[in-house]
Amino acid sequence: MNAITDQTIRSATISCLVDNEAGVLARVIGLFSGRGYNIDSLTVAPVDDGRGRSRINVVTSGTAMVIEQIKAQLDRLVPVYRVGDLTMSGPHLARELALVKVVASGQTLVDALLEAGRHGARVVDATVASFIFELSESTDRIDIFIAALRPLGLAEISRTGVAAMACGPDTI
Amino acid sequence: MTQTMTAPATTAPTAPDTAAGAEILLRALKDQGVEVIFGYPGGAVLPIYDAIFQQNAIRHILVRHEQAAVHAAEGYARSTGKVGVVLVTSGPGATNAVTGLVDALMDSIPVVCLTGQVPTHLIGNDAFQEADTTGITRPATKHNYLVKRSEDLARVVHEAFYVARSGRPGPVVIDLPKDILIGQAPYTEKPEQPHRSYRPATAPQPEQIGRAIALLKSATRPIIYVGGGVINSGDRAAEALTRFVRKTGFPCTSTLMGLGAFPSSDSQFLGMLGMHGTYEANLAMHGCDVMLNVGARFDDRVTGRLNAFSPDSRKIHIDIDPSSINKNVAVEVPVIGDAGMALEALIEAWDNAPTRAPDIASWWAQIRGWQAIDCLKFTQTKAKGGIIKPQHAVKRLYEITRDLGRETYISTEVGQHQMWAAQYIRFEKPNRWLTSGGLGTMGYGLPAAMGAQVAHPDALCIDVAGEASILMNIQEMATLAQYRLPVKVFILNNQYMGMVRQWQELLHGSRYSESYSEALPDFVKLADSFHAVGMRATCIDELDDVIHAMLAEPRAVIADICVDQKENCFPMIPSGAAHNDMILGPEHGTALQDGRAAGLTDEGLVLV
Repeated sequence: MNAITDQTIRSATISCLVDNEAGVLARVIGLFSGRGYNIDSLTVAPVDDGRGRSRINVVTSGTAMVIEQIKAQLDRLVPVYRVGDLTMSGPHLARELALVKVVASGQTLVDALLEAGRHGARVVDATVASFIFELSESTDRIDIFIAALRPLGLAEISRTGVAAMACGPDTI
Repeated sequence: MTQTMTAPATTAPTAPDTAAGAEILLRALKDQGVEVIFGYPGGAVLPIYDAIFQQNAIRHILVRHEQAAVHAAEGYARSTGKVGVVLVTSGPGATNAVTGLVDALMDSIPVVCLTGQVPTHLIGNDAFQEADTTGITRPATKHNYLVKRSEDLARVVHEAFYVARSGRPGPVVIDLPKDILIGQAPYTEKPEQPHRSYRPATAPQPEQIGRAIALLKSATRPIIYVGGGVINSGDRAAEALTRFVRKTGFPCTSTLMGLGAFPSSDSQFLGMLGMHGTYEANLAMHGCDVMLNVGARFDDRVTGRLNAFSPDSRKIHIDIDPSSINKNVAVEVPVIGDAGMALEALIEAWDNAPTRAPDIASWWAQIRGWQAIDCLKFTQTKAKGGIIKPQHAVKRLYEITRDLGRETYISTEVGQHQMWAAQYIRFEKPNRWLTSGGLGTMGYGLPAAMGAQVAHPDALCIDVAGEASILMNIQEMATLAQYRLPVKVFILNNQYMGMVRQWQELLHGSRYSESYSEALPDFVKLADSFHAVGMRATCIDELDDVIHAMLAEPRAVIADICVDQKENCFPMIPSGAAHNDMILGPEHGTALQDGRAAGLTDEGLVLV
């Protein structure tokens, strides 16, 4: 009771398993926009052999009541099999992939390369004037990496959004 | 058609069971028990109309506007408990149906709407009468389908009916490209196995029932608040509700959508609650210590200002839709499941619980005190030539139809007349009351009454209307004439959009901006031109005669009842006010302060 009326805004990582039918992503996105919920990140891809089911991971934020609403609203969509709130159900992993391009010269370019090494990013493309780094990490660490590259010729960012999964033997 | 349809039965069982898509569609509808379709033809659905022409199992009612087709299907569904079926063409046919679809979505009415679509190879090409129907109707339906492969057609139709009637019911659209209707398609039977992903829970959790009973038995000021979910659950749910309310001795109130779930004549019934609900129902909601909500959704018309809603109560909420739980109001004991099953479980648990039933005599004494102020009181002059009060017109309509004893279905449009009908007509059984609650769609009542009349040809179907609302779907008078449907349209004619006028009086300094209806038609002549019978009552001494004549008339009737233009609908909880800030009518000495009703704030003005 107290938990549901708590007005603090929290972040939630919600995963749902959906039928991979036409328009299913539009239904999920439409639900968020139509009801005024936030989408901080969204990823979707087929996750079984026959490409019959997809997993959608949404990072959203709101009060406990709003997060409960989002889960209930998602769960009543016809093509949705299951909805899981990874934030609530215990420890979980959340990762996203970032491709970050720096365009610079001389020492700045060298510094960017050193910075990438410190964050564990890989070099996936290199020219005399640029690098593309690839980093798979949590959202926070990617934010830190990007901030570090900002003064070092940061030119372009492409991020996937969050893929997430509960730790341990439990599945969605 | 019949030959093609019966052919598969005589061929070897191994032979592929195929026919033209339109025939497969009709066969699936027939297997789903469909008897009536409300529709309007057009280019994209011509193959379906050709198939309809060649069969007799399913009747087609030709409406005059696609919006009315959906409302008629809603009236049919609401009055029978079956799924209503609509057939419209692509493009404008589908877009015209959208209002009806949203109406059915908001009020949880099971409807399957078949829309035509341009052939698959033209989709996305801005073809003639093309619209992105699945895109437009996605937020307007419970679910929708675009059939792109012939082999999916029969399966999708069966699935659509399952989705429309299961869980919390709602409208489902099936978009049908013309080539799918013409090409050969295989038939598949109704599936035996459950749906792969959509399986709403209907059986309530026993531990939640136990917690609910413990709370109810501890109550000293309980109330039972019921909604449309009880009606949707079916007759069994209404019977279980009646048993449970009588067993507990608790007071019972109902939302607009729930009227008829519990017999209105019962002494435990407090009338409707909410914005125009009774004084006793709203004060009982405000003052209760335990609230049992069965199949209602804490709508803003019911709760008023949320932070002042029933502040001292512990709440139990039974709903089949988990997203209705804790949406507006946080509850202590949620029970997810079918209203009827939950009520039956409550009855059993109540009997088995060792605790004695609570003593609520002093609570009833307080409620009887509230009832004594008679909040629906009004004064009707009996002087010859006296002006008719709209409340009196509705009250007389109710009394005369009740004394007639015929099976009666009442629909309404939206506005003051709707609220007066809800206040003064008393419903003893479910499914007799058809009104647009959630969306508030003017123009709903006439087609809804038409749909009910199609389903119940011998019953009395009355649309209580306003002169503004009725003009929104007046063209359906032609449908009534074509099918000889004797619907009675009872217009409370005050020449204003009455509810708009009332809000302008109470909230906007009596500046009646655009709410006066200039140049109204002569409704008697209008009825005549539509092959119906027109009648008019202009003063109190004509009222009863007109009602008697209307009810005795075997044809469709428009009764134009000229009523007091200045009458307001009370009691009223202004937007943003709490239940105990209710405004009572002039009979109770309510006065305006600074041109505004008491209890109104600027915050309240923002709300609708």
